[in-house]
Amino acid sequence: MVAPESSYGEESVPPTSGAAPAVEPHTIRSVDVDLTINGAQHRLASLDVNATLLDCLRDALHLTGTKKGCGLGQCGACTVLVDGRRVNACLCLAVMQQGKQITTIEGIGIEGDLHVLQSAFIRHDAFQCGYCTSGQIMSGLACIHEGHTRSDDEVREWMSGNLCRCGAYTNIVAAVREAAQGSVAK
Amino acid sequence: MTPFTYAKPESVAQAVRSGAGHQSDAKSSALDFFAGGTDMVQLMQERVRNPEHVVDITGLPQLDRIEVGEQSTRLGALVRMSDAASHPHIVEVFPVVAEALLASASPQVRNLATLGGNLLQRTRCGYFRDVVTPCNKRIPGSGCPAIDGQNRGLAILGTSQRCIATYAGDFANALMVLDASVLIAGSAGLRTVALADLHRQPGDTPHLETHLQPGELIVAIELPHLAVGLRSHYLKVRDRTSFAFALASVAVGLDMASDGTVRDARIAVGGVATTPWRLPRVEQALRGHKLDAELCRAASALASADAVPHGQNAFKVTLLERVVARGLEETGGLA
Repeated sequence: MVAPESSYGEESVPPTSGAAPAVEPHTIRSVDVDLTINGAQHRLASLDVNATLLDCLRDALHLTGTKKGCGLGQCGACTVLVDGRRVNACLCLAVMQQGKQITTIEGIGIEGDLHVLQSAFIRHDAFQCGYCTSGQIMSGLACIHEGHTRSDDEVREWMSGNLCRCGAYTNIVAAVREAAQGSVAK
Repeated sequence: MTPFTYAKPESVAQAVRSGAGHQSDAKSSALDFFAGGTDMVQLMQERVRNPEHVVDITGLPQLDRIEVGEQSTRLGALVRMSDAASHPHIVEVFPVVAEALLASASPQVRNLATLGGNLLQRTRCGYFRDVVTPCNKRIPGSGCPAIDGQNRGLAILGTSQRCIATYAGDFANALMVLDASVLIAGSAGLRTVALADLHRQPGDTPHLETHLQPGELIVAIELPHLAVGLRSHYLKVRDRTSFAFALASVAVGLDMASDGTVRDARIAVGGVATTPWRLPRVEQALRGHKLDAELCRAASALASADAVPHGQNAFKVTLLERVVARGLEETGGLA
């Protein structure tokens, strides 16, 4: 089989003998981390490298709009955008997010000037307890941007990473579809 | 999460020299590669893996590309699941791959998870993931409570007296029907291994899940274009419609003549076996015959010939046969 032309470091993998020491230095347990969140720069001095982006947002930066549900990527309550793509903040190490644009629920609208999707959630009563709501809205934003809103079924499939234990799904789907259609002005 | 040190190598050579491991027992997990993190963070949060050192490989150059060549398509190991699933060439030429990826996890997880990491995801066996219980995969020799315990989701094919944990992935099953291979970088350079030879059945050493050596790193997945023209499809049956692991799934590749005669068939199943699993007897029963509902039923009845149920998961014997039949019908345009 002839592979496409490319290099995967074929030339640079040296023989075992005389190899340089493992990645140097391998002793870093904490490090200064620069994060760009909602357009603002934040320096976190001496952050533990095992800190998740979620814990960093909530505990170090007090951006508590992003919620911690399962902490295992299974509920979607911690959904944020990284370079415009929705991800589970609980599965990301903060140290790996440097140089990326992070958007949280605090960055999309403010009281009195809500994002159209936030307004749609209110209008459609798309929550009861509200714990999953910021994650639902961040995921819904991405879902709309990705174009996965052509039917209720498509929205359900592409919002399946966000659980709502109150069961507000019907109204969440309606809110996402309304915002996608842009039928209601901000 | 246990504290660990962090390093981010800039070349494959540096990453390989780190000697990071892949095997499952807690003792040998001092140093782990880390990419998308979607399974690694779960394992670390639940103390299943407690690496002392984490090697972040997301900075390695070129591994996030999909390259379409004359005779094969190469998927870099750091390509995200979502990007592979929406790549026009993958969607058009290898639909079984795109469908398997979209049937996996959630949109958020697919935006993080890498293709290389996906192949190496760990079983969802509840005993493996619960550190207060014995598990031969996690602590060799400690026993397997699953064999006589909560095993509804566990395997009926490829099991041993030591372990019946299911291989949880979908992507690898799709790769099985495309004769894919993985490109592996190690201290001696690059080697190529057929996807079918990457994973190990549990046998007496369920903690050894792959044939990767410490320090070895999957750098790419190679899809030969021999499979172009194959009708391919992925069907996954779950407890709920979306965002769940398979109870049973099937990847189908059919090469069919215009009169409906099956020239070649490749079938791999998920959710029911300890590794990605081909069904050669079913394939053989299809070859040379005209595909119709009766043939699909007769061939799929051979899917469970080697099945060993363990109580709660006995329903998977029938489910497997029906999923294979349904997958064949859908691929062949009969359903």
